[in-house]
Amino acid sequence: MMRMAMRAPGLLVTLVAIGTGAAWVGPAWAADDVPRGETIAQQGNGQGAIACMSCHGAEGMGNAATGFPRLAGLPAGYLSKQLHDYREGSRQSPVMQPFAKALSEDDMRAVSAYYASLEGLDLPTAYQAADPADEAEWLAKRGDWGNVIPACNQCHGPNGQGVGEAFPPLAGQHASYLKAQLNAWRNGSRANDPNDLMKSVAERLSDEQIGLISDYYATLPERLSTASIADKKEGAQ
Amino acid sequence: MTPWKPTLWVAGGTLSLLALSLAAVTQAAEPERDYQKPLPPAPPGEATFQPPLERDIPDNQYGDMVRLGRDIFINTQQLRGRYVFNDQNCSNCHLDAGRLADSAPMWASFGMYPAYRGKNDRVNTMAERIQGCFTYSMNGKPPAAGSEPLVAMQTYLHWMATGAPINQAMPGRGYPDLPEPEKAYDPARGAEVYAQNCAVCHGADGAGQQVGDRQVFPPLWGDGAYNWGAGMHRVSTAAAFIKANMPLGQPNSLSNQQAWDVAAYINSHERPQDPRRRTMESLEATVETFHQHGGYYGRPFNGQTLGDHANYGQDERPATPDA
Ligand code: HEC
Ligand code: HEC
Ligand code: HEC
Ligand code: HEC
Repeated sequence: MMRMAMRAPGLLVTLVAIGTGAAWVGPAWAADDVPRGETIAQQGNGQGAIACMSCHGAEGMGNAATGFPRLAGLPAGYLSKQLHDYREGSRQSPVMQPFAKALSEDDMRAVSAYYASLEGLDLPTAYQAADPADEAEWLAKRGDWGNVIPACNQCHGPNGQGVGEAFPPLAGQHASYLKAQLNAWRNGSRANDPNDLMKSVAERLSDEQIGLISDYYATLPERLSTASIADKKEGAQ
Repeated sequence: MTPWKPTLWVAGGTLSLLALSLAAVTQAAEPERDYQKPLPPAPPGEATFQPPLERDIPDNQYGDMVRLGRDIFINTQQLRGRYVFNDQNCSNCHLDAGRLADSAPMWASFGMYPAYRGKNDRVNTMAERIQGCFTYSMNGKPPAAGSEPLVAMQTYLHWMATGAPINQAMPGRGYPDLPEPEKAYDPARGAEVYAQNCAVCHGADGAGQQVGDRQVFPPLWGDGAYNWGAGMHRVSTAAAFIKANMPLGQPNSLSNQQAWDVAAYINSHERPQDPRRRTMESLEATVETFHQHGGYYGRPFNGQTLGDHANYGQDERPATPDA
């Protein structure tokens, strides 16, 4: 299985988009997609889509203060689907929709391949029991089944690092952005998930849970790397 | 292990045959025939029992054993290669670490053993029930009674049943019985249900999905899945589980017909051989003895006979015990 850090867009061929019942067959990636995508990210496409990096950052790391999401290392199939969803309106955003509409099919494929090729997260995958005293960690690893909420990591993978093309990483994404998306499902401005899989979860979360879990994932990579450095120090003694 | 009953083997046999079967039996030491009967239906009504919270697990040796059992239940893969030979964890089929009602929860199970099962005419213990899930659902070798993994698992179940009645079935036990569908179940219709509602997680090839070496979405058929003897391979049992628990996070969203059809689709795919086949002389005999329940084992399907192979998955024991 691929780790995020070494995603090869050439391997990502099909993505089953569900809900309408029709299988949406993803683009066939071309060899020059990554360099073409990089040009669009840095300079825009000259057709109305301005440089992506002006908001998403030079390295695709986004911006916490403004809530612009990190794109670096996200799966190409997921990114490309989001751009299509903005264009078609199943995902609404006054900021992103005009840019998505200004991108051609080729452009979408190219920028998606480019951002997917940037280094993403490579977090531990081993099982670690959840701490019952930590509400956010419990929600992430065990869910809130009394309220029919599966653990976030059951769909978003160990430590929320994403699974395949359909389940994006949450770890390392900015808290303000995560929170905005959870609210977008609740108010209907984002309705693009396969079979309402994410909507059914978002609808059942409390405002308090949304705040806690957004902070949890935003700070998780940092906390994990601090923990692993501490482990190593201990091991050296 | 149960005492060997010579009468069964000698009947109608010659002396040399007796010697042969004696040799086979001592060598294989197979458990007595396990018919893997479905659980009886749970009493009707809303599940009201609340298992204790994990934050209240006591801080002593009992509590440590509970936590070990919980960890094995969620991450059964830690026993891979010793007791587990597929990609499953107990919690894949007993959701929320065995706590969820209508997902064969452990708190509803604990007080119901030992239980008499008419079919093999003996009393079965909790340890044997857990061992059964190792043999079939995990396509594995059961840890011995009294061994640490089994004690840990039993302690976890014991803790979860704190305050539950003994020897009295509770609502929420097992998977809720699903009435027979209007139209006979059909794997072809099930394939459509699967493509639309399940493939995004379990994969079009049924192999599930992993991140690194961690299985996130379990396989539903193929070498990593439950074997041909597992309760889940019965169409009725899978339909009941699916209706109440799948798609993940959307319980009871499929119609009864869809649940039966998709269960038939999943269970008409190849998977590791029924381990009981090792002790049976033919596929037909295995079907005759253990598979009279409307499943697909031993039936012709898409030009081949399902289960007609010696692929026991990663379990490397010889296909026949005396081979
Ligand atoms: C003016 C700022 C701005 C620019 C320029 C911009 N974006 Fe965005 N982008 C946003 C914002 C804000 C969001 C979050 C919108 C929402 O709430 O859905 C976003 C979201 C996205 C997402 C969804 C990410 C996810 O995790 O789901 C993708 C993909 C994306 N942008 C790609 C691009 C590409 C490609 C370009 C360049 C062609 C671009 N953006 C240019 C502001 C911008
Ligand atoms: C049943 C599966 C499932 C579960 C459980 C689940 N999610 Fe999701 N989630 C999804 C899917 C699918 C998407 C992508 C939807 C799309 O295609 O746009 C998603 C997307 C998201 C996004 C948007 C990410 C981005 O880059 O825009 C956030 C935020 C999110 N999920 C948070 C959560 C949280 C928090 C939890 C736990 C409380 C959770 N999810 C549990 C299926 C799930
Ligand atoms: C592939 C799915 C699957 C897996 C994995 C699985 N089981 Fe089961 N389990 C079942 C089914 C099916 C039943 C019987 C339900 C029925 O017949 O209605 C069952 C029943 C049980 C019961 C009896 C429940 C009762 O109320 O009497 C126990 C105890 C149990 N399992 C424990 C375990 C343990 C421990 C593990 C891990 C070692 C495990 N199971 C793994 C599917 C599974
Ligand atoms: C959002 C992802 C998702 C979807 C969609 C989904 N499942 Fe599952 N399924 C899971 C997960 C995760 C588990 C394991 C549960 C656990 O470990 O808590 C599971 C477990 C199962 C099992 C238990 C068997 C085993 O061997 O582990 C069956 C059977 C099953 N699913 C069938 C289905 C069917 C049929 C559908 C479509 C109607 C479906 N699933 C849709 C995620 C999903």
